[in-house]
Amino acid sequence: MIRHQLVVVGGGLAGLRAGVEAKGAGIDVAILSQVHPGRSHSGAAQGGINAALANNPEGHDDTPEKHAFDTVKGSDYLADQDAVYQMTQDAPPAIFEMEHWGCPFSRYDDGRIAQRPFGGAGFPRTCYGADKTGHYLLHTLVEQAYRRQVRIYMEQFVTSLIVVDGQCRGVVAYDMIRGGFEAFVADAVIIATGGAGRTYSNTTNAIISTGYGAAMAYHAGVPLKDMEFVQFHPTGLYTTNILMTEGCRGEGAYLINDLGERFMARYAPSVMELAPRDIAARSIWTEILEGRGIGGKDFVYLDLRHLGEQKIAEKLPGIRDLAIHFEGVDPVTDPVPIVPSQHYTMGGIDTDRDGVTRMPGLYAAGECACVSVHGANRLGGNSLLETIVFGRRAGKAVVEFLAGGGGGRAAPAAAAAVEALAAVQARVDRLSRTAAGENAYDIRAEMIDTMKLNFGIFREARQMQEGIDKLLSLKARLPGIGLRHAGGAFNLDMIRTIELEGMLDVALATAVGAFKRTESRGSHARTDYPNRDDEHWLEHTLALYRSDGPPELDVKPVALGMFEPQERKY
Amino acid sequence: MSEARFRIKRFDPASDTAPRYDTFVVPYEGNLTVLEGLFSIQERQDGSLSFRYCCRAAVCGSCAMYINGRYRLACQTNVSQLPAGDVTVEPMPHLPLVRDLVCDMTDFFAKYEYIKPWLIRDEAHDPEREIPQSPKARRKLDMPIDCILCGCCYSSCPSVWGEENYLGPAALLKAYRFEVDSRDQARRERLPNFDNERGVYRCHTITNCMEACPKELNPTEGIQWLKGAAVRRRLFGRLK
Repeated sequence: MIRHQLVVVGGGLAGLRAGVEAKGAGIDVAILSQVHPGRSHSGAAQGGINAALANNPEGHDDTPEKHAFDTVKGSDYLADQDAVYQMTQDAPPAIFEMEHWGCPFSRYDDGRIAQRPFGGAGFPRTCYGADKTGHYLLHTLVEQAYRRQVRIYMEQFVTSLIVVDGQCRGVVAYDMIRGGFEAFVADAVIIATGGAGRTYSNTTNAIISTGYGAAMAYHAGVPLKDMEFVQFHPTGLYTTNILMTEGCRGEGAYLINDLGERFMARYAPSVMELAPRDIAARSIWTEILEGRGIGGKDFVYLDLRHLGEQKIAEKLPGIRDLAIHFEGVDPVTDPVPIVPSQHYTMGGIDTDRDGVTRMPGLYAAGECACVSVHGANRLGGNSLLETIVFGRRAGKAVVEFLAGGGGGRAAPAAAAAVEALAAVQARVDRLSRTAAGENAYDIRAEMIDTMKLNFGIFREARQMQEGIDKLLSLKARLPGIGLRHAGGAFNLDMIRTIELEGMLDVALATAVGAFKRTESRGSHARTDYPNRDDEHWLEHTLALYRSDGPPELDVKPVALGMFEPQERKY
Repeated sequence: MSEARFRIKRFDPASDTAPRYDTFVVPYEGNLTVLEGLFSIQERQDGSLSFRYCCRAAVCGSCAMYINGRYRLACQTNVSQLPAGDVTVEPMPHLPLVRDLVCDMTDFFAKYEYIKPWLIRDEAHDPEREIPQSPKARRKLDMPIDCILCGCCYSSCPSVWGEENYLGPAALLKAYRFEVDSRDQARRERLPNFDNERGVYRCHTITNCMEACPKELNPTEGIQWLKGAAVRRRLFGRLK
């Protein structure tokens, strides 16, 4: 049994920022990460991070309030406006802090941080480092964590929470290198495990972005909020769904259909390719459905050729490498085949703007959490911002929680830790004993295709009902799974099978939320309910886990007050 | 439907006495990366196969391996681009092994930490604005900041094979990344950690690291720059 005051699950930007904050306040903090933190999915972010620095000559009138308005409008008015205001206020100091810690942002001639235009933003406010902003931010925070000697347990797959009298008191983890389970007892836990993109077969996300961290909280009784809102990025590579940053269009790239048209003129004439992601993704999909995909197929072109080799080399070098390596196309000479691809989980563990969840001692930050600052549709450049702003705030909240006596915990955690450890061990033993059982990867394959086909860009009741039935039948098959390989170090079969149990529940939360929300808002587009319905649905959904069936759905009001909901037009 | 034959080096130090090679035939349509091939084997043929993975887009550095005798990222390696015949997959050589294709990176990251890979400044800065940096100064960082810490260069370096305390190309490239940053003011803080018997003088410009790097970076160049800085300090007492 290992003890720390604070355990952070996840070593991406949000987890690292939380860990650095707590360590700075003298807290004994440990970060548990499934990979070396420098390999986290935060590092795959490309285009940039938003803050109203007003550095761009065309953006000198920019303010945090305008950033807040764009974010709320982009969210189709579902974001909590107090939280958005907080994030946009915190943004400039958060960027300067990362810069002071060494983040290599691209620069203007006068030495200030460069900013590019992004979708749905009234001003160019996306700070960037070429097209590798996530990689640069992530390595900067890894460096700061090393500098501060934050304790990092690498390659730990966290399986479950330790809960004592309704309070979170630690986690159980599988040490992938040593090959055994261990209980980590703590006074507080922050979950920062990223999104659930891998519940879809067509995702830009890393293979470890399974949503399992959110599932742990969900299984422990904490609701998942707004899970029906799934962002499809307009431009994933056609054959692999690997991300082509929105920065391509920010730098001037075109979207082109089979007729050679810049078809965005039909859907968002005033902003064209820089429409927010939900609108751009639907526009592309509409072109494809109406037969104007390239050669009648299910992709269109992202055309960067007119930008020229020099601009591409300077501003989008990573994009060029990815297109060449993974699609066999050089964007300097040829248009790039792209297709909208699952990209971001707007929903997540229900938290307030300090990362506080319904369970004392349990906090969440980053993509696995839902504050909500993204509402029904996240603007590009706001997810990196969310990680460092709310990672820091969650770290700070834990410091205050511990200073205040940690919620007055009374019961010792050791017995519960032993129990939790035994429960995980029993679960694995059961999986290992199921001789010639079902192959977990059959279930996984059916799940991710169901999510893609039945809960995609356009949704409709009958199709979603079929999807829910399918997911429930897959869930019923879980007990029949047998591991192919038991015990030992780096047991991928065990990790991936345990992950599947969490993924299916997260997928069901998405599915049921989507089915019940009888309106279209942001990324949630229903062909049978094509309009936004503020009268009934200007509210968050909360999915509550039920082990014996689909989740129960509750609702929660949206924090309004700054910006009156209007029709969303671009 | 096409087929690829994988020949994979297997070894579990906990239970095996010696390494062996297992052969698997992987059916596929369209393209197949080595990483996709490994997943197909792990899911359908041998659940005990171990390997690292994460982003599958060549940015995280997890899946560095030795494929057909060359350092590559499994996710970035398309089977169709390899010469006809078996796809031979081995862990990065000259590193301790955890299992199968998973190397022990403990020393690698300890050396990374040793060179103080973080921005050091003794001058206070205005918290409400950035430390200015010209585009020209920023361009000096272009090469070293793209390092994904995959370990290919480190595994490929004969000087690392011969001297286990040598910091190796990746850690030194990281030192270079900060030493050439116009914002860094480390002066005496970082230099002693590469200007010593573990540091730059053990690089004999064999340049294996340049060939091994899947991001086409040039650690040798960075190490020679550091060597120049270290020698100048020794000869003339000058810093930077």
